[in-house]
Amino acid sequence: MNAPAAQAAASKGAIRIQNVDKVYDAKEGPVQAVSDCTLDIRAGEICMIVGPSGCGKTTLLNAIAGFHDITGGSIHLDGEMLCGPERPKAEPGPDRVVVFQNGALFPWKTNLENVAFGPVVQGKMTRSQAEQKARGMMADAGLIGVEHNYPGEVSSGMRRRVEIVRALMNDPKVLLLDEPFRALDQLTKSVMHEALLEIYYRNKVTIFFITHDLEEAIFLGHRVAIMTTRPCKPKKILEVDIPHPRDYSVLTSPRFRELMEETVSAVHEEAVKAFEAGEKEM
Amino acid sequence: MSAVAADSMRRLPKRKGPGFFGNVAVRAVISLAVFIAFWEIASRLKWPWIGQAPAPSVVLDAWIPLLTDKGYWYSWVQSSRRVLSGFIAAMIIGIPLGLAMATSRIFNDITFPVFEILRPIPPLAWVPAAIIFWPTQELSIGFVIFLGAIYTIMLNVIGGARSIDIRFFQAARSMGSSNWDIFRRIILPGVLPSIIVGCEVGIGITWNVVVAAEMISGGGGAIQSRAGGGLGFFIWNTYIGGSYPLIVVGMISIGVAGWISSAIIRRLGIAVTPWLRLR
Amino acid sequence: MSNVKQSASAGEIGAWELLTYRVGKWLKSPTPYLMLVGFALFFGAWYLLSEVFRFWRFASLPGPKAVLTEWFNPNPVYGMSLYTPDYYIHIWSSMRRVLYAFIISTGLGVPFGLFLGWSKNFREFTFPVFETLRPIPVLAWVPLAIVMFKGDETPVIFLTTLASFYATALNTMLGVQSIDVSYPRAAACLGASKWQIFRHIIIPGALPFIFTGLQISVGVAWFSLVAAEMVSGEYGLGYLILASYVNVQYPIIIIGMISVGIVGYASSALVRMAGDYMMQWRVRELALGGAR
Repeated sequence: MNAPAAQAAASKGAIRIQNVDKVYDAKEGPVQAVSDCTLDIRAGEICMIVGPSGCGKTTLLNAIAGFHDITGGSIHLDGEMLCGPERPKAEPGPDRVVVFQNGALFPWKTNLENVAFGPVVQGKMTRSQAEQKARGMMADAGLIGVEHNYPGEVSSGMRRRVEIVRALMNDPKVLLLDEPFRALDQLTKSVMHEALLEIYYRNKVTIFFITHDLEEAIFLGHRVAIMTTRPCKPKKILEVDIPHPRDYSVLTSPRFRELMEETVSAVHEEAVKAFEAGEKEM
Repeated sequence: MSAVAADSMRRLPKRKGPGFFGNVAVRAVISLAVFIAFWEIASRLKWPWIGQAPAPSVVLDAWIPLLTDKGYWYSWVQSSRRVLSGFIAAMIIGIPLGLAMATSRIFNDITFPVFEILRPIPPLAWVPAAIIFWPTQELSIGFVIFLGAIYTIMLNVIGGARSIDIRFFQAARSMGSSNWDIFRRIILPGVLPSIIVGCEVGIGITWNVVVAAEMISGGGGAIQSRAGGGLGFFIWNTYIGGSYPLIVVGMISIGVAGWISSAIIRRLGIAVTPWLRLR
Repeated sequence: MSNVKQSASAGEIGAWELLTYRVGKWLKSPTPYLMLVGFALFFGAWYLLSEVFRFWRFASLPGPKAVLTEWFNPNPVYGMSLYTPDYYIHIWSSMRRVLYAFIISTGLGVPFGLFLGWSKNFREFTFPVFETLRPIPVLAWVPLAIVMFKGDETPVIFLTTLASFYATALNTMLGVQSIDVSYPRAAACLGASKWQIFRHIIIPGALPFIFTGLQISVGVAWFSLVAAEMVSGEYGLGYLILASYVNVQYPIIIIGMISVGIVGYASSALVRMAGDYMMQWRVRELALGGAR
């Protein structure tokens, strides 16, 4: 993407979460997953959402993506309402693509077919056009030679990258990542972090990234929102002023350590609360 | 519900419930009613195929007097008895056999191929051979039933035993369990869910075989009544005798009996594996 | 980034080399020899009990030697062997019926099952009738089928179709329900419409279960067919088995049984191979020991 287009794209993708509530029915009775949550996500930023397991972060993501409805409040994207009082559930769409925790590459399509899927089903491109663009984007992401393999045949790190490229093919305003690297080992994870940043620098989408790994959050994010245990709501928002572009040397920088110190007690507090409440993953 | 939650519920318009026609039970009743109505109409108008069957009203008429006929209920008993004995025999032999195959490689390699070769032969194809071999008719029916059920049970036992996470064994060993302990506390409970699934499938096959065997080999009931010798025999007999509504009565009776036995197995299964309920 | 490409795509190691390697390995293990021991025990026991010692009731059973000599006899005593055309007429009769039943039950059962799994409305309105009729054993339908359908062939095909239909529809429905919810959600994010999701996600996603169901349905078809033929058929292997019992031509009973076994197994294997072909992605995934 050339510079002016990147600039224009950077002004897209601002999410405004306002007083959102989500109550759902469980066997034991109604459960408040999210309560009066207000959060502003700036266009083009990487916003990390950190919190203990089961606190409701995924519920928030699902609401933005349009998989669940909300029971109170509203969510806007670039000024347009996604969901709110008259419309409790947003429509899923290619402007907010999700990358799932356990991976959702279609196992019965090749990697190339997966990546080309979006534009083809939307009718925006023919299959050969889409595949051509896909090849280009995959090459940019370092995925060469695996186009005609099935997802089950390549490593999990590669699968994550393919899934991210699949999402980006649609020029989304927002990339919603639900603990995408959780299942990876630490070494692969650190490589993936750099890969993600590389992709981000090229495409400048807004990234909404859920994680429980504080280090990952501070390393990647412009801002880190630390959420309380259920019901979920921002407890503390941290501005990570380490300049981009970043690489792994950031991890040992003094500023990084300072930021960790500031936030680790807040996160730990919530983690203990969650542990004592015996949260199960929602 | 907390005050906050109650408050938030008020902020959004009330979500509509599914409504009367959205209720699952209501829909079930509607669909069954439509089906019976359709059947009745088709039968009265003598449409081809389903119309050739006796109408539900006629079937009901024929059934009511039967409810007080001792012979009718005795058929139930006979069929159920056959199902039970064949099935239990299949479990008594099939479960240990399956466990042996799952635990001993050598035993498996010797016996499994033979079973695999015999498996594609449908149980009912064995009927004449069974009649030749076994001295009494009951035994031959029992044998065929046994064959029908045993494969399902055995395969499920093997599958279940193989799928027990190896870490359970490792954990037990590291805590000093003996072989017998491991068998009793790890293998048996681990296989139990698969055994139950095998039983649920097996009982369906068993009923099929019982009915067919009763139809083919004539039942052999001693009670002199229109209905004797098992429900399969009952159906065949009424067919020969030309009383078509009773055929349907017989079919429904077997269906009910089959459903009851499946439900019993399922209940037993749940009772025996309480840990699965809490998933 | 990882450059090590797993040589999963064929071509790195030739298929032939792989096959010979695997066969060689198999031959070196005790497995095939134990298998032979098993067969030897089985046939040996059968032979000894029925033909040599004539032990108890085994005496009335035809032994392997009697069966095999009859089967391979150009001039069979009872008129049925590999050399007589009648034998193949019976086999083809049965196969033809299973084929029709399978085609009809798959053509009806797969779409039905897909909708049952996909649409809650459809399921709630249709499943109750489906489930109510299910406990009735297929073979209990025999007399009613004879009453409902005219002719000799139609009842038999109906029964076989009914049995297969249930297996296919049920497994297809389970297949749809087994699809991880992330897949349709991902497709929706990528802009797919409901029908596109159905076509690109639901159908391929349910395929493994569908093929399991089809294998079961072939087995069930043979099961029901043999029974139906025994009760009311005129040609076919089931009829042959029963008729040869009635006509005291015992070796043919065994020949019939073995033939049913072989043909039944072959049809199951065909379905499995078709499934493997259509689900290349799964074969490759399983070959690598499951997705890593």
